[in-house]
Amino acid sequence: MSSPVLGYVDRAGPLHRLSGVSKLALALGVVIGAMIGFDVRYLAAVSLLSLVLWSLSRVRVRDLAVVLWLVAIFATLNNIGIFLFAPGYGTELFGTRHVLLDGPWRWNVTAEQLFYQLAVSLKYLAVLPSVLLFVATTRPPEFASSLARIGVPYRIAYAVSLALRYIPDVQREFRTISQAQQARGLDTSRAASLTARVRNLASVLMPLLLGTFDRIESVSAAMELRGFGRGRRRTWLVRTPLRAPDLVLIALAAVLVALPIVLLGVNDGRFWNPFD
Amino acid sequence: MSAAAAPGEEPLITLRGYSFQYRAQAEPTLHDIDLEVRRGEKVAIVGASGSGKSTLLRALNGMIPHHHRGTATGTVRVGGRDPAEVPLVETARVVGTVLQDSNSQFVGLSVAEDIAFSLENQQVPTARMPGRIARAARLAGIEDHLEDSPHDLSGGQKQRVAVAGVLVDEVEVLLLDEPLANLDPAAGRAMVELLDALHREEGTTVLIVEHRLEDVLHRDVDRIVLLAEGRIVADAPPGEILASGLLERHGIRPPLHVAALRRAGAPVTADQHPSRAADIELTDGQVEAVRDWVASTPPAAADGPTAADGPAVPGALPPALEVEDLRVEIPVGPERSTVALDGIDARVRAGEMLGVLGSNGAGKSTLARVVCGFERATDGRVRIGGADADGWSLAERGERIGFVLQEPSQMLSQPHVLDEIALGLRARGLPEEEIARRSEEVLEVCGLRPFRTWPLSALSHGQRKRVTIAAVLALEPEVLLLDEPTAGQDLAHYSEFMEFLRGVHRAGTTVVLITHDMHLALEYTDRVLVLSGGHLLADEHPAAVLTDPELSARADLVTTGLFDLARRCGIADPQQLVRCVIAADRREREEAR
Repeated sequence: MSSPVLGYVDRAGPLHRLSGVSKLALALGVVIGAMIGFDVRYLAAVSLLSLVLWSLSRVRVRDLAVVLWLVAIFATLNNIGIFLFAPGYGTELFGTRHVLLDGPWRWNVTAEQLFYQLAVSLKYLAVLPSVLLFVATTRPPEFASSLARIGVPYRIAYAVSLALRYIPDVQREFRTISQAQQARGLDTSRAASLTARVRNLASVLMPLLLGTFDRIESVSAAMELRGFGRGRRRTWLVRTPLRAPDLVLIALAAVLVALPIVLLGVNDGRFWNPFD
Repeated sequence: MSAAAAPGEEPLITLRGYSFQYRAQAEPTLHDIDLEVRRGEKVAIVGASGSGKSTLLRALNGMIPHHHRGTATGTVRVGGRDPAEVPLVETARVVGTVLQDSNSQFVGLSVAEDIAFSLENQQVPTARMPGRIARAARLAGIEDHLEDSPHDLSGGQKQRVAVAGVLVDEVEVLLLDEPLANLDPAAGRAMVELLDALHREEGTTVLIVEHRLEDVLHRDVDRIVLLAEGRIVADAPPGEILASGLLERHGIRPPLHVAALRRAGAPVTADQHPSRAADIELTDGQVEAVRDWVASTPPAAADGPTAADGPAVPGALPPALEVEDLRVEIPVGPERSTVALDGIDARVRAGEMLGVLGSNGAGKSTLARVVCGFERATDGRVRIGGADADGWSLAERGERIGFVLQEPSQMLSQPHVLDEIALGLRARGLPEEEIARRSEEVLEVCGLRPFRTWPLSALSHGQRKRVTIAAVLALEPEVLLLDEPTAGQDLAHYSEFMEFLRGVHRAGTTVVLITHDMHLALEYTDRVLVLSGGHLLADEHPAAVLTDPELSARADLVTTGLFDLARRCGIADPQQLVRCVIAADRREREEAR
């Protein structure tokens, strides 16, 4: 079976055992921290942390190869774009100009520009692994109960949980329907023309959709019979207790958000300027 | 048996003159129903498709009127209250419903969480849950799997979780909607045993809505309620119902030993406890009658079902389908896989009607999927019409082998019958006149001519299934491969459908049936491949499999009552009795036509 592009990777590792809440906190901490901070030292440290976590996690690069490729391509394009449209932005920011390489017209390569683009790239490197790791090491239902834990209403959390639960089922169903249609000669692969592919895909999606509606109907009947949505609140059987490593992670998340705020004051701005 | 029911006590469930008509329908689905269920009773509600079984169940658990709207007359009382007057949850506290599709009922991350679902909704404090969960799980026999997630469980285990999920509320009545529909016979019997234990040991009132009566009667019930066309036609102890002959008349298959005794001219009577072949009180006259019947049936008439029907001389053509030393591993996660099939060697002759038998998870469907290219073989070879199919695309295989999935909804994508049939033909770029010719032909063969312009949504399940077969047949494959073709169909639809398949077979198509239904294999095939745990256990005549208790047990198949009846009548070769019954069935059907 083809593995999903992005999803839970079922290979027990140390991160898999942590509570979903603490991992969500850490991922949010990294995202918010990297959004605020533009200090290269900070971003480098967070990137390093992300890479260390990844190597601990037993998630392999191959598991998420598609996403990683997409992001790598996007990051490269972004970097080229910045240089093409704003080659002097680094100089503007840091107030100095050390030309390393003379280019045509205004495209001179300056140390300041390279340093700025390094910061931009480090943001990708800092944020991406931790977010991917959260998704790859948290079972979907725990993902949802983490949401309920941080205050999202239980009906919404449950809807998210069920949707995630049924994704593998729907994928399997899609595959079966698509194969059955291909066996009848409806080609959805690259061999067919684009219009034929779109038309043939529609004849796969119709049964899939109707089947999904049926499924929703019977799940909702089953849930209603068991009293779901009756009260404004509900209790939960499983509340993964937060253990020491989880608390460490949450504290780390707080530090990761606090640090760039402190650095704002220390650096007297969002950037650390080594060119002074 | 209903020891708990004191004579003067108020019945737990009462319906008086109850009729119900769905809002979207022109006719009432239930007419003038009078039914009483007392505390501690165990009742089987049987009826053909469309007889109103599911509607009756909805009237009892409050889904009517809270989920399904319509017009009701008469009175309903469940636990002394009208389900229409109280919230759905109040009724659910008295009547616990286990729905047919146990997969979509599973809402928790683990078994324990799923059982806890109702408690969570009632805001029971977390600390008080584990005790109640443990008790419910123990009652449902699922206590060893509390931490498992749904995809680790078999169909039977999921059903047990669903039972535990309603028992956790300490309900008085357990209401089960076709609990056996998705289970193989062995798992079905285990479920029936569980319900019996709950009934006897806990005093739970049990209502089972089913049409697989022989499986339900694997354990005693107090009463059978027979529904037909929205009315109760009989409500009596099982002995009376079995002796009455009403079941056959209303589309329910009676247990096979009951049918056999009737055919032998010595029908069962109500007082001989006829529910099971193993403990029916047979009279000497009946034993004599069965022995005479078997002895007097000429061997030719009792011969294998399709031996004389095959359109071609076997051996003259290359095998339609061969697998050699097939091994299939299915990935279940990164770097992990399970062996679904191992060392399978088998061939299907052209013109044959063959069965592939086994319990759920034995590898039957995987075998079909590999042959059709849905799944890749890890090792070994698949030959189609003598040619190695390695590297063939799905479409190339589909031209030679028509695969009909169990669920018609997975194959139907067009609004109208004709469009659906033409879909595959257009995709193959056939000229319009050829498409028209073939469509007309398959419409005729499949008995769909009257529905040719109908929207698919207006057809019944069985008719939709026929449309999928028509669409596949239109491609003129050499082999038709069907996955559980009769799952969930009642006797009338089952017989009609299988006779239709025999017609297709006679017209020259090789047919392979994948099933866990022993009796289907017996009636319609003359050779079966028996799979278990991914291995091929046997390649034999179905009667030989059925009457070999050791083989049946290893394959998790269930021997029918005919085996016990033959043994008790002192018939040395039980296959003879099996063949007699099938031949008699067939004669009767042919006379009826």
